[in-house]
Amino acid sequence: MLDYMLPRYKVLRDADACVQCGVCERSCSNEVHRVDGELGRVVADHARCVNCQRCVVMCPTQALAIANWPQVGNGSNNWTLDYLQDIAKQAQTGAVLLASMGNPQPYPVYWDHLLLNASQVTNPSIDPLREPMETRVFLGGRPDALKVNERERAVLTDMPPQIKLDVPLMFSAMSFGSISLNAQKALAMAARELGTYFNTGEGGLHRDLEAYADHAIVQVASGRFGVDPHYLNAGAAVEIKIGQGAKPGIGGHLPGEKIDGEVSRTRMIPQGTDAISPAPHHDIYSIEDLRQLVFSLKEATRYAKPVAVKIAAVHNVAAIASGMVRAGADIVVLDGFRGGTGAAPKRIRDNVGIPVELALAAVDQRLRDEGIRSTVSLVAAGSIRSSADVVRAIALGADAVYCASAPLVALGCHQCQDCSSGKCNWGIATQRPELTKRLNPEIAAERVVNLVRGWNHEIQEMMGGMGINAVDSLRGNRLMLRGVGLNEKELEILGVKYAGE
Amino acid sequence: MKRIYAIEAWCVDCRRCEVACKTFHSKSRDTVRAFKVEYPVPQSRIRVEGGRQLSLAVNCRHCAQPKCVEGCISGAMRKDPRTGVVTSDPQKCVGCRTCVSLCPFGAVHVEEAAGKGVAYKCDLCGDGKGQPGEPSCVAACPNRALVYVESEGC
Repeated sequence: MLDYMLPRYKVLRDADACVQCGVCERSCSNEVHRVDGELGRVVADHARCVNCQRCVVMCPTQALAIANWPQVGNGSNNWTLDYLQDIAKQAQTGAVLLASMGNPQPYPVYWDHLLLNASQVTNPSIDPLREPMETRVFLGGRPDALKVNERERAVLTDMPPQIKLDVPLMFSAMSFGSISLNAQKALAMAARELGTYFNTGEGGLHRDLEAYADHAIVQVASGRFGVDPHYLNAGAAVEIKIGQGAKPGIGGHLPGEKIDGEVSRTRMIPQGTDAISPAPHHDIYSIEDLRQLVFSLKEATRYAKPVAVKIAAVHNVAAIASGMVRAGADIVVLDGFRGGTGAAPKRIRDNVGIPVELALAAVDQRLRDEGIRSTVSLVAAGSIRSSADVVRAIALGADAVYCASAPLVALGCHQCQDCSSGKCNWGIATQRPELTKRLNPEIAAERVVNLVRGWNHEIQEMMGGMGINAVDSLRGNRLMLRGVGLNEKELEILGVKYAGE
Repeated sequence: MKRIYAIEAWCVDCRRCEVACKTFHSKSRDTVRAFKVEYPVPQSRIRVEGGRQLSLAVNCRHCAQPKCVEGCISGAMRKDPRTGVVTSDPQKCVGCRTCVSLCPFGAVHVEEAAGKGVAYKCDLCGDGKGQPGEPSCVAACPNRALVYVESEGC
């Protein structure tokens, strides 16, 4: 039967501007463009285009643009073209649909319904250019009470291990394997420059990145790839990944093609074998089991490193987080359903999990109600798009945020959601040497540093406007937020008043 | 003097440098005109060797003791004693190709223009008479595979 599969995009080429230099042809790993000498023009195989926009950016004459394929749907809001195409694809293959990056569906983005406060008349705003503005944050466990000898100016209480962030933002977990070594190295270099942390993801720590290990959070996930005592002790903190926002409840699968020599050595698995991370940790079936793993890792690191536990934001997240704190987690990480991934089943990505804004507010409130919020750090993840989102997350109760998609965009990612193909034209989500070399980590790190510095200036401006001079004073300060376009229940969960109140 | 260095590890074989070079060395300095209408056809003086897996942009090294200048029979090839930039004068060039055969890097090529052969080579995007400029290939490179840095020797 003839395929109903339509191209998703159409390559628009301005014939007047095209000089047939062939830059587009050489730039496209999907082999969309071809300089046809006989026809005397460049032709395109539209069906192969994933809209990564590499050619658009590289074209020396700006002759290219990518448009939607002009085929219209049947006018139904129910049987949209997307659903018809998905059905056609599955009728053809009988397979699970694969997708990448975060949930793109039009669910409400609560960040966009929360407005920030600013001082007027009754309290002064602060100019961050003239007065000190503290964006430093410490993550880790906290003692129940702090005993201080004021005369000696000394803290008497034993402080649990903590990590220091100069900006309230870290780079979320992306493993070597899911992204290229150059991409990970760029984030590592940027983390060191910015005084923050990158996360190894579940792929081990490549030997080239050991120099950046003091700015690494090393992850222990269900596959336990690359985990040994050296790895655990190399990083600044250890993170147990229970779940990921993009695909709660399921594991991971890095296909054998991507397990080249370097990935194999770093993950400590044979070359060419599939790296399968099970859905659950097979030694964790309860909070008590989690406590065993938390303390195993604390033992392995001689109680010198904070242990984070990361979960996907799902139903009953507040109760789960409470259990995690009681299991000994020093840092609780909540990953919302918009968090990215290198590959996830499309139906999971698009339908499972909840927004991080609601999860964060619910968890912060629950931990406060139980009197244990002050003993842990809370990190929010899952599509932090701007400095304003960082400020909102902190005001909702986060100590800091994890951010990955935005730094990837700084690296060149255009969110085409085709990571799983392994043909990333920007050299990020690929292991092909001819593509990974497209990402020069030196340039990439500079761009990420620029981005975060810009955000940090903006965070200082916004805090200054509120009359707040430290991130610590903004944390959980929901009076600095007002909702618009939200119903009573949403306001109740978010713990914010409506604009005008 | 400042020289252009090609870094093989970061060259991605896009050849934007070639396009930029050709554009700069056209009359209009407009890419579309340079490729489509100008005659004599503007020539790129940089060339990417290799393919997708391994590539490198080759252009003039502006040698301390340039073979092309030594061998030039017409006095077209000249190294500026002050700036160190090696240039080829299209008016004086007779197209004998001695420079082409002597250049150890393959950085000179001869193309037909106005009824005779003319040797084309990198002039560092300067005035073509020995004054260097800001190389357009370096500016066009998306991955810092071409860098323009101070180097020893003149």
